[in-house]
Amino acid sequence: MTLKQIAIQNLLRRKGKAMLILLGLVLGIGTVITVISFSDAVTGDINHKLEKYGANILIVPRTENLSLNYGGIQMGGISFDMQELRESDLTAVKGIKYAKNIAAMGPMALGAVRIKERPVMLAGVDFEEALILKPWWKIDGVQPVAGGLLAGAEAARVLGLAVGDSVTIAGKKQSVTGLLKPTGSQDDQLLFTTLPAAQDLLDMPGRVSMVEVAALCTACPIEEMVKQIGAVLPGAKVMAIQQVVKGRMETLSQFKKLSFGVSVIIILIGSLVVLVTMTGSVRERKEEIGVFRAIGFRKQHVMRIILMEATLIAISAGIVGYLLSMGATRVALLFFADNPHVALPWNLTLAAGALIMSLVVGVSASIYPALTAARMDPNDALRAL
Amino acid sequence: MMIGEHLTKQYGRGDATVTAIDDMNFVIEQGEFVGIMGESGAGKSTLLSIMGAMNAPSEGALIVDGIDVYNLGQEQRADFRREFLGFVFQSFHLIPYLTLEENAMLPLATIRMPQRQKRTMAREALAAVGLEGKNKRLPHQISGGEKERTAIARAIVNQPPIILADEPTGNLDSRTSGEVMELLQRLREDGTTIVMVTHSLECAGYADRIMQVADGRMVEATGRKETTAQAA
Repeated sequence: MTLKQIAIQNLLRRKGKAMLILLGLVLGIGTVITVISFSDAVTGDINHKLEKYGANILIVPRTENLSLNYGGIQMGGISFDMQELRESDLTAVKGIKYAKNIAAMGPMALGAVRIKERPVMLAGVDFEEALILKPWWKIDGVQPVAGGLLAGAEAARVLGLAVGDSVTIAGKKQSVTGLLKPTGSQDDQLLFTTLPAAQDLLDMPGRVSMVEVAALCTACPIEEMVKQIGAVLPGAKVMAIQQVVKGRMETLSQFKKLSFGVSVIIILIGSLVVLVTMTGSVRERKEEIGVFRAIGFRKQHVMRIILMEATLIAISAGIVGYLLSMGATRVALLFFADNPHVALPWNLTLAAGALIMSLVVGVSASIYPALTAARMDPNDALRAL
Repeated sequence: MMIGEHLTKQYGRGDATVTAIDDMNFVIEQGEFVGIMGESGAGKSTLLSIMGAMNAPSEGALIVDGIDVYNLGQEQRADFRREFLGFVFQSFHLIPYLTLEENAMLPLATIRMPQRQKRTMAREALAAVGLEGKNKRLPHQISGGEKERTAIARAIVNQPPIILADEPTGNLDSRTSGEVMELLQRLREDGTTIVMVTHSLECAGYADRIMQVADGRMVEATGRKETTAQAA
């Protein structure tokens, strides 16, 4: 017979009380883990959707240019000392601290060309990156390879271009391989080709006009990323597109605040359930505790029995709570998430968190009942003596 | 040897003060069987709880084998109870969710000792009170007499020098009472000191000496023959 055996036997005998404490803890821990995992899953989904809004950081050559553009009316601009942005410099961006948060980085070479006697903007892009940055692009035909053109909807209409047509740019023949469906953006006005082809046609070898960056910023400050990119590209001006970033961060922040608030309330309720049930159980066991003390158990022995019982229940509650919460999260996603197929992987960190949280709540809420039990006067407890 | 020196126990304060034990002195020799008798409210249970190191007297001292019990701290007193005393309660106070063997093992639960040895000691104690073969039963599966014998097994499992019994036959019929008293008598013959509170003259007849208590004071001490004669 050991103290541990006494604790186990008591739990087995008083299954109802043990189940009540277990239920309180499972509900508390399960709800908190459900809220956290649901919030994480939905946040991930929202983040993924927000990425579809496109680039949130722009890198352009540093310039003393004053833009004469307001409300869509372009009056031209005055450029003083415009620095170059070299394509080879961009590899430095991959070395910044938050590089892993960069989802896509699309360099772009821009320049004006004349087609059928009309001026038009030619953009050289890396189509693989561009399609991540602009997932709303829909192409009739195929995306260009070297020497091909993708025409924006408005440019194709004005220039009368169709898939299979050929045009001459800077004395070189280019065929139209695809037409971009209307996007409602400035992309409709442009002709797109591959970056090397554009650099060749615009006579800007190894140079780019701007770079669009899509950053996944659930856990990183966008301003910090801007600073880091600016530090490795001293000749460039790095700007965050604040509206998208702020909106994204605000949404995530709301989710986290809600999760935190609900978690605190649920944990408090769980603690109260444990406290009240354990205290009641200790009072019911007054005679038994009196016997323990009378036959020579020290106060710490009595405390250890009560806390061991709480620990055993808390461990079970942590495991059951985590498993139930994963099921509950899947159900919650079906009803409350826009995308019910959001990935919900088994998360060991969250499981460990559930176990630790359950132990902390279960054991700390049992300290007062354990102290009450330990302080019981054996003489009062037994009365018979 | 247990010595009580000017033991006084008072409850309450001022006008509401009640004196449960009033300047009581006694000496109980090792291996003696002492009965404590008196009417309800006379102070015998209070006296037994003071002897049990569970109720500090307001004044006086309790000395057991040279140890001033109430000069010990609370936790040391718990150790003292474990090493020196065995308790037999009127209401048995067995732990309902433990088997008879586990109940008998309880005083060993806090002692570092191989589990097998604890089990052997508990089985020996149960055998000593005639409960061999019933080790795995739960308290609700046995009779009142068997419960009392289990309580005695629990009291003797760690072979304490003193057993304090509070009306051990109070809830038993006369035949079972006789069996329990025979058991206590055997323990006394083995050298254990027995101090027993009882209302029964028949049970008191087993004691070497009776301490008669009235209004918190020791009013009379009688020997076995006198008590047996009274019982007859």
